[in-house]
Amino acid sequence: MALTREEVLNVAKLARLKFQPDEIEKFQIELNDILGYIDMLNEVETEEVTAMTQVNSQVNNLREDIVKESLTVEKALSNAPDSGDGAIIVPKVVG
Amino acid sequence: MENLYKLSAFEIREKILKGEVKSEDLVQKIFERIEKIDSNIGSFVSLRKEKALQEARTIDEKIKNGEKVGELAGVPVAIKDNMVSEGDKTTACSKILSNYTGIYDGTVVKKLKEADAIIIGITNMDEFAMGSTTKTSIHHITRNPWDNERVPGGSSGGAAASIAAQEAYISLGSDTGGSIRQPASFCGVVGMKPTYGRVSRYGLMAFASSLDQIGPIAKKVEDIALAMNVIAGPDDYDATVVNCEVPDYTQFLNQDIKGMKIGVPKEYFIDGINPEVRKIMDSSLEKFKELGAEIVEVSLPHTKYAVPTYYVIAPAEASSNLARFDGVRYGYRSENIENINDLYINSRSEGFGDEVKRRIMIGTYVLSAGFYDAYFKKAQKVRAKIKDDFEKAFENVDIIFTPVSPTTAFRLDDKKTPIELYLEDIFTISANLAGIPGISIPAGKVEELPVGIQLLGKPFGEGELIKAGSAFEKVRGEWELPELD
Repeated sequence: MALTREEVLNVAKLARLKFQPDEIEKFQIELNDILGYIDMLNEVETEEVTAMTQVNSQVNNLREDIVKESLTVEKALSNAPDSGDGAIIVPKVVG
Repeated sequence: MENLYKLSAFEIREKILKGEVKSEDLVQKIFERIEKIDSNIGSFVSLRKEKALQEARTIDEKIKNGEKVGELAGVPVAIKDNMVSEGDKTTACSKILSNYTGIYDGTVVKKLKEADAIIIGITNMDEFAMGSTTKTSIHHITRNPWDNERVPGGSSGGAAASIAAQEAYISLGSDTGGSIRQPASFCGVVGMKPTYGRVSRYGLMAFASSLDQIGPIAKKVEDIALAMNVIAGPDDYDATVVNCEVPDYTQFLNQDIKGMKIGVPKEYFIDGINPEVRKIMDSSLEKFKELGAEIVEVSLPHTKYAVPTYYVIAPAEASSNLARFDGVRYGYRSENIENINDLYINSRSEGFGDEVKRRIMIGTYVLSAGFYDAYFKKAQKVRAKIKDDFEKAFENVDIIFTPVSPTTAFRLDDKKTPIELYLEDIFTISANLAGIPGISIPAGKVEELPVGIQLLGKPFGEGELIKAGSAFEKVRGEWELPELD
């Protein structure tokens, strides 16, 4: 199934990305090529197969719930693009 | 002090421990070498010069005082730019993380430091480990030390080049679809992707979480064993690491492999392999026979579906993992913003490169309502069949032998479509989907460019790969890396 320009725009919206008009055309062609290639998977009979979600039989090797030292606020904020008063600053969210 | 850079990690470690070589002098020499040759190669994106020299002095002092030191005491190592190291810049070679400084040590970094290794620098890679050329890095391209007009492979191209150029003794890479083994093959060095769940991913900038695995690149198999001893094992910070015993991998070195059953999958010897590469595969199999191994044909019937399966699962996981880059808590924030939506969309659109955006788009699409079953669930089912193929094959053989790549390193200016580039990983991807370990070992040259063989093992069978690889190195003979100065 080939993606239309509108569908590409919708995927971009879901992915929180935006593109220039010429980029949309390029992505539309490339994505359709890739999806066309992926369609090869339909040749494989998988009716009786359980979808694989974990590669190992052992999952969730959890540790004891012991309180340990964690990041300080200063460290956690040290890479934030904008911060002040121990918080991250973002543009106004609620109108 | 001449030519110490040619030694293996194993050999240099002995010299440091015996006090024949001071780590500080060695680190100094290594930096001199990097300064001399790396402008032509571009293995590194940043160096830890002052810190490394200081750390080396501390190790020297410990050795002088007879204090106990770790397994890699004083040995210069490098890490890929997607492994977080406290106080060091870690960018995943992306604009979106170009201003990020590690605020903690990822587990492998912590383990290297605990083993008293000296981290000398951070190596170049494809942006977010997506690629097979190291051309998509925001910093610069990396050139193949064997031929500067060719790619080193990817995404751990910087890591592999740093070993081929003899700028470090061990370099850690990450492998999601072949990103350790393919560049190791293109650069004529040894690279291992461990079993999924053998090495902690805590502090590794995630690409596709069910496939990513950190592993070592080095000159010789013995160094891979040494590095695995340091980095493998359970971790409180990664619940996917399997709680099973880690053997001493060095015990698998120099062992007899008589009677070992080596499977050769017929589906891997297809049209499209460079005939000269094919010849090296055939002669390598002959060498294994000389060692007393038994060569058995096996079948992995779903091999041709590995690449399309990967290109559903990896982008799906990547689109989810990379959703965290929203310009809020860390990373690049666009200046062109009026509201919170602009902040998300413009920061991501300006911060990610083309290949990353392409994969986020595919991933978002295959996970979207209405398409999830047709693409993502279908790929998960085919993945189960690919894993099943390996399980059946391993009922009859100890390890599996394949090429690493159908070709040698291609030219930097080769124009390839995304699908052509994806097919470069055709022989390596299955191991990630099945979660099994693989090693790439130099076996010969075609027109002065290295070609590697790949050995695949049972889950947690890294020891068998080290055993077979170390035996192979002995019959292959000395392997000289290119002279660069």
